[in-house]
This record gives sequence, structure tokens and C-alpha cells, in this order.
Amino acid sequence: MTDTSSGASVPPFVPPTAFAVPGRIAVSEQAAAHWQQALITRIHRETRAATTFRLKVPEWQGHLPGQHLMLRLTAADGYVAQRHYSLASAPDDSGEIELTVDHVPGGEVSGHLHTVAREGDTVEVRGPLSGFFAWPGDRPALLLGAGSGVVPLMSMIRHHRRAGLTVPLRLLVSARTREDLIYADEYGAETDVILTRSEGRLRAGHLAPLLGDGRPDGGWEAYICGSNGFAEHASRLLVDGGQPVDRIRIERFG
Amino acid sequence: MTSPSPAPTRGFTGRARAADRDPRLPPGQYDARDTWPVLSAEVTPDLAAADWTFRVGGLVARPRTWTWDEAHALPASEYRGDIHCVTSWSKFGVRFGGVSLDAFLAGAGGPLPAAKHVVAYSHTGYTANLPLADVTGGRAWIAWEYDGAPLPPEHGGPARLVVPHLYFWKSAKWIAGLELLDHDEPGFWEKNGYHHRGDPWREERYAGD
Ligand SMILES: Cc1cc2nc3c(=O)[nH]c(=O)nc-3n(C[C@H](O)[C@H](O)[C@H](O)COP(=O)(O)OP(=O)(O)OC[C@H]3O[C@@H](n4cnc5c(N)ncnc54)[C@H](O)[C@@H]3O)c2cc1C
Repeated sequence: MTDTSSGASVPPFVPPTAFAVPGRIAVSEQAAAHWQQALITRIHRETRAATTFRLKVPEWQGHLPGQHLMLRLTAADGYVAQRHYSLASAPDDSGEIELTVDHVPGGEVSGHLHTVAREGDTVEVRGPLSGFFAWPGDRPALLLGAGSGVVPLMSMIRHHRRAGLTVPLRLLVSARTREDLIYADEYGAETDVILTRSEGRLRAGHLAPLLGDGRPDGGWEAYICGSNGFAEHASRLLVDGGQPVDRIRIERFG
Repeated sequence: MTSPSPAPTRGFTGRARAADRDPRLPPGQYDARDTWPVLSAEVTPDLAAADWTFRVGGLVARPRTWTWDEAHALPASEYRGDIHCVTSWSKFGVRFGGVSLDAFLAGAGGPLPAAKHVVAYSHTGYTANLPLADVTGGRAWIAWEYDGAPLPPEHGGPARLVVPHLYFWKSAKWIAGLELLDHDEPGFWEKNGYHHRGDPWREERYAGD
């Protein structure tokens, strides 16, 4: 397979398949590059492992549900640790944002936040970051989340409610047990909960009513968030169920 | 625009002390040790080696496409060293086996004088932009082996680009081709707020850094 045509006259290369989809919004370069002091105004335990941190960020320029930020901790000797966290709160004008962080055993940043941080402390943040996983609330959205992967999806649900949107929105959230389910009291008719320890994991049967004839007009924009294992499993189920690959957005927490 | 001396966080000491910080670690990174996190925003494609092709096009003397077997007939080359992900983990002493990108460029008759930039394309439609100088001179590979075994699909198998001196989002998984251009054309993450070049030692994470 050797082309002999000259470089200048060859049309641009177009790959044979197109899975990747464009970002939903433009990202502010200034907001992304600028570290800001964030004051912890409230710490709220969600489950035995997950805690929500409410942060006052004076210069926060707003975000869209699904976006994340970078959080930085600095030791007295200048050592820094920084990690990404999704925004849990809906965009609002409170001047405060919320993150929900899982306590990873041995985790450097989540460990500090869970065991040392208290209200009145400051941390540093930059963001919001990345437009790819953002949901402006314009298209029907099918959300699949596991564990702390539900965090950016909850931002979407809160936005949907707060803005009084009528565009279809469905969430399938899985957690090990009811006690591990983050935001348990907040789910409504849009949500199906799968408790993996008692019911097993997400299956095609959970998705079938939402795919095929169950699809809204124009189809779903699918958002998957969680561990890599969950993302691989859930994305394969969606593809097998007929969801177009170029309408699946995945956020892997690593 | 990273502030030079961030305010200390009350009570934070950090797991790795600055004093014994590994010199291989760029600023703001931590050692992922045995883990190799997967970070891609799309569905892992089901791409068989027999269906994989790699094309070098645009501003080269003789654009050309290699099949799996043709690519494997090129002289083998290996990268041993470190990799750095923009999400803050680094991984030391990894081993990627494949072919140097220089061999593919030579096979395409070499870059034309006007070529200054490249866009790397994946078989999924993912793109990443790079200065041509960052992928020539033994600084970039097409890799199909990791640690002596076939590269796993979720890490870009059957074959990915490896440009280890830049943040790893530049090392496009499921690599399908390189287009040489006379101008810069932002890729997938660069259009989503990330830095155009992505040098970990200069902490070029986001646009504006
Ligand atoms: C886009 C994005 C959004 C995210 N959003 C969220 C979110 O909303 N909520 C959330 O909870 N998480 C989120 N994450 C994950 C988050 O960024 C962190 O990875 C997570 O909090 C763990 O960080 P840590 O510093 O606590 O753990 P780390 O210190 O990074 O450790 C992770 C694991 O590796 C082990 N380990 C690593 N290095 C060492 C070492 N040197 N010695 C011993 N053990 C080690 C630890 O024991 C632990 O098991 C997100 C990630 C991404 C990429």
C-alpha cells in the first residue's frame, strides 16, 4: 500500500472511523491557568467514605455541569500535591462551589481532605477545566455513574432541576451498598439505583428500556463516569445496545 | 502563570518530602508506581492488529500507508524511560517497543521543507498537535509493545504514538496517522482548554500556562 502522489496534492487524511466528539463548550483560558484561594466553608459527610466540601472561591467565573477543577495542597517546605475533582454543585450565583471526594486508602490528597482539613481552611483551585464532559442542558442526556463517578452527573441533575429544564435526563447510578450511595436522599424519578453487592453490576437489561424505542427524539447524549473498569463495562453495554459511539462521553477517574 | 510560591495549606505535610523528591519527577507530579491509570474520553475501540494501518501524509515527499506487517518490517526501536500524565501521575522506567517515527518519516521520503507541525490522528478520530521537531530526531515512537507484551487496547493497542518528553495526552492511542502541516492545528484536548505544547518540566498543562 504505497501512494506515489506528491505530498502537496494529497487531500488531508481522514480517519476511517470517528468516535471522538467535539467539546461542548469553549473553555476560558484565563480561568484554567489561574490558581485561586478557596475557603472551605462547610464539610458534609455523605457516606462512610465520601465527603462534600463547600468552597468559597471569590473569583469563580462559573462552570457547566460535568466540568472539573484542579485542587492543590502545599506543604510548608513548598512541596505540592494536586489532583482533579469534578464539580458537584450546579452552576449558581452563590460564589461557592462543591466537590465530593472519596477517601482513597493511603491517598495523599483525599486523605488530607478527609482527616486534616476543617472548615475555615484554605486550599487552592484552578478551573473550571475541560469542555468535553460538560452538559449545558441542551440535549437529552443518559448518565451512567458508579461510586464517586456520580459527582459530575449530580451536577447535571441539580442543574436540570434548578433551571427547570424539561429535556429528558436519566441517571443509572451504581454503588456497592445503600450505605455507599452518595447523595442517596437526592435522587428522584430520573434515577435508577443499582446496588452491586446485592444485585450484581449494571446489565444490558437495565439499559434496554432506555435504548431502542425508549430513546427520546434525537437520541441520547451519553455520559459515563467512574473507574476505568466501570467505564469499559458501561461503554460496551451502551455500544451493544445501539448507542452511537460518537455520542458517548467518558470521564475516567484514573 | 503558576504562582511562584503558593500559600502553605494548614496541616498538609505531603507523603513525599520535598527533600527526597525523585529528580525524575517534573513539578506537580507524583509517582504512580505500579499503577497505570487509564485516561481516555472515548469508547475503547475494537481494533484488530490485522486491521490497523498507519499513514504518514501531508507535507512529505511520498505519503504512504503501512500495514501491521509492513510496519513490523521496519527496524525495531525501543523507548525506556519515564512518562508523565497531565492529571499529575508519572511512571518511571517504562518500556515501549515499536519503531522510531524517524523510520516512518524516512519511508515517506522525509518531510518537505515547509513542514513545521504535525497532527496525530487516531483510528477513533482523536487528534493531538505537535511541533514536527518534537517527533523527529529519536524523540517519538510508534509502539505496539509494553514491557515486552502486546500493548493492551485500553492503553492504545494495537499501536499508539509515544512522545515521552511531553504530557501523555500527546501520545495518541490507536494511532492511525500523522499529517505534516505548515501551520499549527489544535487537537482534541488543545481545543478543550489544554496547552498547545505540553512540556511537563515547564508545567504546560492548560492554555495560558
Ligand atoms: C477528571 C477527573 C475528575 C475526578 N473527580 C473526582 C471526584 O469528583 N471525586 C473523587 O473522589 N475523585 C475524583 N477524581 C480522582 C482524584 O483526582 C484522585 O485521583 C483521588 O482523589 C485520589 O487522590 P489521592 O491523592 O487521595 O490518592 P493518591 O495519593 O493519588 O493515591 C492513589 C492510590 O495509589 C496509592 N499510591 C499512590 N502513590 C503511592 C505512594 N507513593 N505510596 C503508597 N501508595 C501510593 C494510594 O495508596 C492509593 O491507593 C477525579 C479524577 C479525574 C482525572
